Amino acid sequence: MQLTIILGRRLFYAAALIAAVVVLNFLLIRLAPGDPALTIAGEMGGATEEIIEDIRRTYGLDEPLHHQLLVYMKRMLSGDLGDSLFFNTPVMDLILARLGPTVLLVMTAMTLAVTLGSFLGVLAARNPEGLFSNLITVLSLVGYSAPVFWTGIMLLIVFSAMIPLFPLSGMYDVRLGATGLALAVDVLHHLILPAFTLGIIFLAQYSRISRASMLDVLGADYVRTARAKGLSERVVLYKHALRNAVLPVVTLAGLQFGSMLSGAVLVETVYNWPGLGQLAFESILRRDHPTILGILFFASGMVVVANLLTDLTYRIIDPRIRTGRS
Amino acid sequence: MSAPLLELSDVEVEFRTRDGIARVLNRVGFSLSSGSTLGIVGESGCGKSMTALTIMRLVPQPPGRIAGGIIRLDGENLLTATEARMREIRGNEVSMVFQEPMTSLNPVFSVGNQIAETVRLHQGLSKREALDRAVEMLAAVGIPVPERRIAEYPHQLSGGMRQRVMIAIGLACGPRLLIADEPTTALDVTVQAQIFDLLIDLKERTGTSIILITHDMGAIAEMAERVVVMYAGRIVEEGPVEVILGDPLHPYTRGLINCVPHLEERPSPERRPLTEIAGMVPALTALGRGCAFAPRCNHATALCREQAPPLEGGDEHRVACWLHER
Ligand SMILES: Nc1ncnc2c1ncn2[C@@H]1O[C@H](COP(=O)(O)OP(=O)(O)O)[C@@H](O)[C@H]1O
Ligand SMILES: [Mg+2]
Repeated sequence: MQLTIILGRRLFYAAALIAAVVVLNFLLIRLAPGDPALTIAGEMGGATEEIIEDIRRTYGLDEPLHHQLLVYMKRMLSGDLGDSLFFNTPVMDLILARLGPTVLLVMTAMTLAVTLGSFLGVLAARNPEGLFSNLITVLSLVGYSAPVFWTGIMLLIVFSAMIPLFPLSGMYDVRLGATGLALAVDVLHHLILPAFTLGIIFLAQYSRISRASMLDVLGADYVRTARAKGLSERVVLYKHALRNAVLPVVTLAGLQFGSMLSGAVLVETVYNWPGLGQLAFESILRRDHPTILGILFFASGMVVVANLLTDLTYRIIDPRIRTGRS
Repeated sequence: MSAPLLELSDVEVEFRTRDGIARVLNRVGFSLSSGSTLGIVGESGCGKSMTALTIMRLVPQPPGRIAGGIIRLDGENLLTATEARMREIRGNEVSMVFQEPMTSLNPVFSVGNQIAETVRLHQGLSKREALDRAVEMLAAVGIPVPERRIAEYPHQLSGGMRQRVMIAIGLACGPRLLIADEPTTALDVTVQAQIFDLLIDLKERTGTSIILITHDMGAIAEMAERVVVMYAGRIVEEGPVEVILGDPLHPYTRGLINCVPHLEERPSPERRPLTEIAGMVPALTALGRGCAFAPRCNHATALCREQAPPLEGGDEHRVACWLHER
């Protein structure tokens, strides 16, 4: 019962947040200097008086502001994000076509960063003064401070040009015309470098935070209890300690989902990955406002969903939150 | 007399600290016959917990190191046993209850699982059987409605309940020796009495040998047959409980006993002031050649400051003090 209340509240916040983004999107166009109809028409070039009038009418620009907002929200709710100025197709269609690749890339990078980062952190925590631990700290710092596009280009040069292990760009090889399992393998092959590039920035933070968290947990009384039970070091570390040490990692992962999405913009551009990030980058260059705003809307939706998922995961791992204090 | 269950001789433990090597245990030796209870008393920092951890071979190393001595459990030397053999012993033949019930249980596992884990490990029970055993154990340590409690998490239990769970974990495999390290120090006074009553009851029912570390002289009087008095990593006096509590020889033991207000059989109407031993336990890195207690002792002579007294006397009653050198 308590859980449904909490869940309901979370969903309400999520909806409120998305509504706020819609309002912000709306205001971005309306408050920009100049005639919003012209802004919407953007770089359409020869926008005739009729077209401007037409835009005014369809967007309700001749109505009072709050009425315009209502119209705008109604359109968003019905899934109408407007038309791309460049492609002249509905923004919704454009985005849906690009959503899959981005979700695939970001989730793979995230999983990579979280699991590999936690694993390295745990290894480092076992011998905090050791060479391995220091090595991880240094590598983490390098991975963290190197710009994404630089890492991406470096990896491309080394693992694609010098040692041709991975393809240069794209998501699959059109020439192969592969389907089913063969296609999946091909996509995976293309996915490795971009996912690694995106993951490596975050890997650093996960390995550092899990190292610190693990060191903290290893000094806890319940870890001593686990040893006093006669459990093997492996069970003590990976069952009793890690389950607790992973909590800050989950929190961080949730918080960082947004940064991961923005990281995807650069990575997708470097690797020519046909995702939302690449579309966003190109749309900014083309001043394709409806598309940019549509992506913004979708990205915030994804962040909200990611936060919900983080919350649920945390609840599953930590019974103190699940059951509440009694 | 039968061979002792546990026998320590000349056990030495050192810690590397910033100020140099600290000899945390210095030639500690005592023995415990099967089915009996041994009390260990002494101010904080005297090495009581370290003695317990050394028996379990759970001294954190580094910075700690078991530098020498022999610990025999039923004739088997624990200090030369393999780590695998020690894991068989821990939680199974020798188990330990810690001072901090609030933090000694793992917050992310149910109490039922934490008890079941031990019996599954050591007795190879199935999950079902192990949970049944957990219910039995909770009932045995006086937790009401145990079949419901096994599904609860530590944060849902009070301190006293958690310590009962710790005792249940400790006794789940029917160990030959239970080490209780200040099991009541962190608890409310009324709860302290309940936990001691439980220990007395369990001792009578199971016949487990117990090492009881406590500041509670009342509990020592009630439970222990023999008492070891520790000061600065050494045993300064050891003997039967009546002698140690009734007619102690070492000035430190006398000081300790005098610190306790409720030991008199019939409290006199004019209350005696509560005394304490003046001064503090010395830093273990800075112990001179003499008796470690000499700087705080009213009877200290030049000899006391020059040379540490040996622990001497018969099998029954030993004391390390020049005043009682025969
Ligand atoms: N990790 C450690 N590093 C250095 N010294 C330690 C460490 N743990 C314990 N000690 C020292 O060992 C001594 C004995 O500690 P302990 O056995 O816990 O005392 P007690 O249980 O009698 O209060 C103390 O003087 C303490 O300072
Ligand atoms: Mg202690």
